[in-house]
Amino acid sequence: MAEFEFDWDKAKESFQKIVKNIRLIIVVVVVLSAVISTFFQVGAEEVGVVTRLGAYNRTLESGLNFKIPFVESVIKVPVERQQKQEFGFRTTSVGVQSTFSKRGAEGESLMLTGDLNLADVEWVVQYRIDNPYNFLFKVRNPEETLRDISESGMRQIVGDRTVNEVLTVGRAEIAGKLKVLIQEISNDYELGIRVEQVVLQDVTPPEPVRGAFNAVNEAQQEKETLINQAKSAYNKVIPRARGEAEETIQKAEGFATERVNNSQGEVARFNELYTEYIKAPGVTKTRIYLETMQEVVPKLGDKIITDEKGGNVLPLLNMSTKSGKAINQ
Amino acid sequence: MKKSLITILVIVVVALIVIAQSTYIVRESEQVVITQFGKPVGESVKDAGIHFKVPFIQTANFFDKRYLEWDGDPNQIPTRDKKFIFVDTYARWQITDPLQFYKRLTNERGAQSRLDDILDGETRDFIAKNYLEETVRTSNRTPISSGAISEIVEDSLVQINVGRDSIQEYIQKSANLQSQDLGIEILDFRFKRINYVEEVRTQVYERMKSERFRIADKFRSEGQGEASRINGEKERELKSIQSEAFKVAEQIKGKADAEAAAIYANAYNKNNASRELYSFLKSMETFQKTFNSETTVILSTDSDLYKYLKSMD
Repeated sequence: MAEFEFDWDKAKESFQKIVKNIRLIIVVVVVLSAVISTFFQVGAEEVGVVTRLGAYNRTLESGLNFKIPFVESVIKVPVERQQKQEFGFRTTSVGVQSTFSKRGAEGESLMLTGDLNLADVEWVVQYRIDNPYNFLFKVRNPEETLRDISESGMRQIVGDRTVNEVLTVGRAEIAGKLKVLIQEISNDYELGIRVEQVVLQDVTPPEPVRGAFNAVNEAQQEKETLINQAKSAYNKVIPRARGEAEETIQKAEGFATERVNNSQGEVARFNELYTEYIKAPGVTKTRIYLETMQEVVPKLGDKIITDEKGGNVLPLLNMSTKSGKAINQ
Repeated sequence: MKKSLITILVIVVVALIVIAQSTYIVRESEQVVITQFGKPVGESVKDAGIHFKVPFIQTANFFDKRYLEWDGDPNQIPTRDKKFIFVDTYARWQITDPLQFYKRLTNERGAQSRLDDILDGETRDFIAKNYLEETVRTSNRTPISSGAISEIVEDSLVQINVGRDSIQEYIQKSANLQSQDLGIEILDFRFKRINYVEEVRTQVYERMKSERFRIADKFRSEGQGEASRINGEKERELKSIQSEAFKVAEQIKGKADAEAAAIYANAYNKNNASRELYSFLKSMETFQKTFNSETTVILSTDSDLYKYLKSMD
């Protein structure tokens, strides 16, 4: 600890100095504070509302402005800034990846739907102050009032819809309706704000029933899957069967053509032969017979020749040594 | 010199006090009631700016001129259909007659407490008199169907007769009647939150769950049904395609056989000679086709072949 000795003499001396110059000091202080409180700056996003002795006097645009010191005072209202209120959640930190918390805001988002179910609706109201005079002087706690309007308005709108509507098709419509409703009530209150946008965030079934709602989605997926599988099995089998059927028919056509052509061919050959045959039947027949024999007989295995009474040879013939194919002419 | 300075100083201070006592500044958001020894005198002052009063005797009492908030305690109330719900309400009110207000309620705390009594009471009455739907719903609009799910759980809303808006209005009106001599006016009254009490909420959750499970089961069975249908269709079509093809093929073949038979018959069946030639050629062909090296032929001397052989000699 640094030693510090209080020098009474010195203090007394400087105090006397101050007393001596008291008038000058007072004048300087007064003038300075007058100057400081005369000039002031209104930021780019604000307007300055000036009251003279408590009464509203004028509204100033942004830039350097002045007022009568001590008599006039200024309240700056950020009319250009878009402000927002969150319902059902709170942004805990803003950044590239903002984080949100639901703590303390659960009661805001849980509401009754028209079919007496419950839904959890989170939303954001973006607004701007468009009438600084009304905003300052018509309603006490305008922000809190806007929250009340917004909460009751959302419940009024959700209260007229089924839980299915709220959770699925109704989202955009609800946001639009709520914007109009908040604006209407705000105008009634002369709140001096303009609702720029109402954005619905998470609209979900309440936590305890969420599993059941997911089960519906899963079942829906399951249904699609089952149908798709059946369709795919169908598509695997039927076109192939069609192709195979076509093949069978084509083959039959082929067979038919072959059969007819063959018969025509054979008949043509027969007819040619017949033309010649009819001229000399005996000779032709013999010729064909012998030609055939010439061809056939050399190829034959064993040849056994008997006379017409040689039938008794047959029983002794060991047929099993050969293939057993015997033709008795 | 010094004495005169002190005198001036005293005069200035006294003058300042007198000025401060005889003027008061009413801000834009305020209104004032002047009281003399606690008793209100004259009209209330509603214009903002600087005003004058009798110093020391009269006091300026400031009241807010703006819309003021009133926030109801969440009350547990049974509805007409004996459903227990929490109702959280809010109102906006204004001191319309500061003089009366000052006489009756003195300050805002008194007003808030009176409003609690009046509005909570009215809320209780009207909630208890109506079915739950009436306080939740505003209109008898037709809900938009939400597709597949709504086919199972109907998207329908019960008809209502009164509605939220009207109940709010009734409460507001009735409360205003009771507070008309208090110098205040309730400008708006609304239900902020309505919710089931804990036990009822659990029941509602159970109901919602069973409803959803019913939907899920429906979907699943629909899926299975549709799959079976497609499968059956597949089998039917398969059989019909295959049998149709078989039928057509056989018809074609039959026709061809018939045609061939006709062609053959035409040629072979002309006369005896042609028949003779045909059977002869066929037997020759049979020889060619059926005889091979494994065939043993026993030729009797009186066979045709042998006859030819013999005649060759």
